[in-house]
Amino acid sequence: MENYSHPEVLVDTDWVAAHLNDPGVRIIESDEDPLLYDTGHIPGAVKVDWFTTLQDPVRRDFLTRADFEELCSSLGIANDTTVVFYGDKSNWFAVYTFWLFEYYGHPSRRVMDGGRAKWTAENRPLVSERPSYPRTQYKASAPEMSIRAFREDVLRHLERRLPLVDVRSPKEFSGELLHMPGYPQEGAQRGGHIPGAVNIPWSQAVQEDGTFKAAPALRELYAGLGITPDQEIIAYCRIGERSSHTWFVLRYLLGYPRVRNYDGSWTEWGNLVGAPIEKGIPA
Amino acid sequence: MSQTVRLPRRLEEIVADFELCEGQEKLELLLDYARRFPPFPAHLQSPGQLEDVPECMTPVQMAAEVSGGGLHFYFDVPPESPTVRGYAALMMAGINGSLPEEVLAIPADFYLRMGLGSLLSSQRLNGMAAILAHVKRRAAAELEKS
Repeated sequence: MENYSHPEVLVDTDWVAAHLNDPGVRIIESDEDPLLYDTGHIPGAVKVDWFTTLQDPVRRDFLTRADFEELCSSLGIANDTTVVFYGDKSNWFAVYTFWLFEYYGHPSRRVMDGGRAKWTAENRPLVSERPSYPRTQYKASAPEMSIRAFREDVLRHLERRLPLVDVRSPKEFSGELLHMPGYPQEGAQRGGHIPGAVNIPWSQAVQEDGTFKAAPALRELYAGLGITPDQEIIAYCRIGERSSHTWFVLRYLLGYPRVRNYDGSWTEWGNLVGAPIEKGIPA
Repeated sequence: MSQTVRLPRRLEEIVADFELCEGQEKLELLLDYARRFPPFPAHLQSPGQLEDVPECMTPVQMAAEVSGGGLHFYFDVPPESPTVRGYAALMMAGINGSLPEEVLAIPADFYLRMGLGSLLSSQRLNGMAAILAHVKRRAAAELEKS
């Protein structure tokens, strides 16, 4: 597939259509819009909502390892199940869920290229009934910390002048967005970006139909802006969802070995007392 | 907490319906509104009458007209955004026919009583505030005209 470094992590809509009744496969829909699954979904697919399911309801953090085990067990996912993720907005939240499944050590993960929009555009079936599967006894691994960055990691990264990718829109990057009239303040006291970060909006990695761009175009996009595979890289956005998309592209489609997602992202950094911030767009 | 500010009668009923629902039932109710999202009236389709609602991630357009002494708002929201469709549909059901003064009196945080905060992210909830803000802007313009 398109010369990607790890083509096995992507499946196309034909593959999914051929595996709807495969007991070794579980399809998960994760959307930005929390009602979309309920309007119709791929037959047999289960819903994992990023907000109500993947976040701890009290602390700002993900669900715990025990919660993750309970989630997978209740969805009938065994440790050897192949889990296929898809969703709206070019798989933005599907990839976030993929990232979290890697964090807790689930081995066999796939993303359906093109996501929900492509499946729908091809007039493939959508159903409204919620499936249920026999419960499993899922065992999660200890969190894979090498794919997650905390604020201390970002600060060290900054001091070592290592590359950061800010995947938000240019106006969020420059700091202009917090000053636009009529917009609710989106959770940060300060606008701008982490000094030295390169702005490569996540959506630049996808094509019109929602599928990922081919490897040569992706390589040119990131390497052309100094984001190369020989370096340690941290990606961030507003709350860590869009940056998991870029993490996926760099890690799996281009094979960059050391990429981390800073899930605290701007809603943490833009509120941290004393954290260095840069505004505007570098010349 | 008691609320002294009066909402338009229909909107008050809708908010009370949400208050009575628990957990996932609230989302079911919002989905009902999304499913009953009315088609955009053809006579308001012209570009001069449509205005953008700059709401995060979802392209939303709105038009308004006065008829029978009350304000009527109409929204165009893509089907792949059912949550925003639900918001817009319940706003239309709740406030259409109200006087501009009544629309302007709706507290900016009226929707908090619906209890969606544990089900929808804060950015999602902001969408409701954005829609109300735009509706109010239009109501203020109508009031100035009269």
